[in-house]
Amino acid sequence: MSIFKYASPSTFYPLAGKMAPWFAVIAAILGAAGLYLGLFRAPVDFQQGEVYRIIFIHVPTAWMAMLIYVIMAVYGVMALTFNTRLSSMMIEALAPTGVMFTVLALWTGALWGRPTWGTYWAWDARMTSTLILLFLYIGYMALVNAMDDKKRADKAGALLVIVGSANVPIIYFSVKWWNTLHQGYSVAASGSSMDASMRMPMLLMTFACWAYAIAIALWRVRAIILEREKEAAWVANLHGSASLKTSGVRA
Amino acid sequence: MNWSEFFSMGERAFYVWGSFGAFGLAIIVEILLLRMRLKKVTEKVKI
Repeated sequence: MSIFKYASPSTFYPLAGKMAPWFAVIAAILGAAGLYLGLFRAPVDFQQGEVYRIIFIHVPTAWMAMLIYVIMAVYGVMALTFNTRLSSMMIEALAPTGVMFTVLALWTGALWGRPTWGTYWAWDARMTSTLILLFLYIGYMALVNAMDDKKRADKAGALLVIVGSANVPIIYFSVKWWNTLHQGYSVAASGSSMDASMRMPMLLMTFACWAYAIAIALWRVRAIILEREKEAAWVANLHGSASLKTSGVRA
Repeated sequence: MNWSEFFSMGERAFYVWGSFGAFGLAIIVEILLLRMRLKKVTEKVKI
């Protein structure tokens, strides 16, 4: 047995179905804890007041927006090198959730910016590159949906996300490379300028978003697998229709 | 802290609840859309 055993849609379909609920439960528990600590336990910020609580949504969603695109690009590399259908299906399964997190990051950033900076939007490097990220997600989805030949659509889509992933480090390092309105890092590997009572809910929300994205991607890839492989024999064998097939009654 | 104070978020209710609300709404909409998609395809393949 190798890891490639689960690289086929027919073996991954039941595995995804088994794993998804666990990630959903983890997401719910971590999310509830994060919201509780973030809204009720974390103290008021002495500079920003209550509005700083937006970061408990903003930072996790912005991290997810970047992370999901990077994961899509990794699947893109796998799709092109190993030619695995499942990799392309995973890219397709992740993209809508990536769009959701990118929109939320931009939306919550605007709602935080207005009372804090006095503006909903500025064409600063980080905000502009995040907007480009949104267009890259939408561009990928439009491209894959526009092509009738699924094999070609998968190849083109994988190529697009690999090329587009060059934008992610630009977003991440934008606050260092350019003089942005957006603030710099508050949390880094070298340490954090945030108090633990504020950092904890943010990290909990981040892990909740991870678990959520995994659960959703697993469920969505199941839908995609069925949509694409509905003619395949293994699909007909699912859920007890096996007897029909073996007796040759399969329509 | 009482509840009306909590909901007013120091006069920043629109921004704070606009963010948390959008987050909750987006998740609910995504889950509902995905459920519809799964239902549609499982009916199609009759499993």
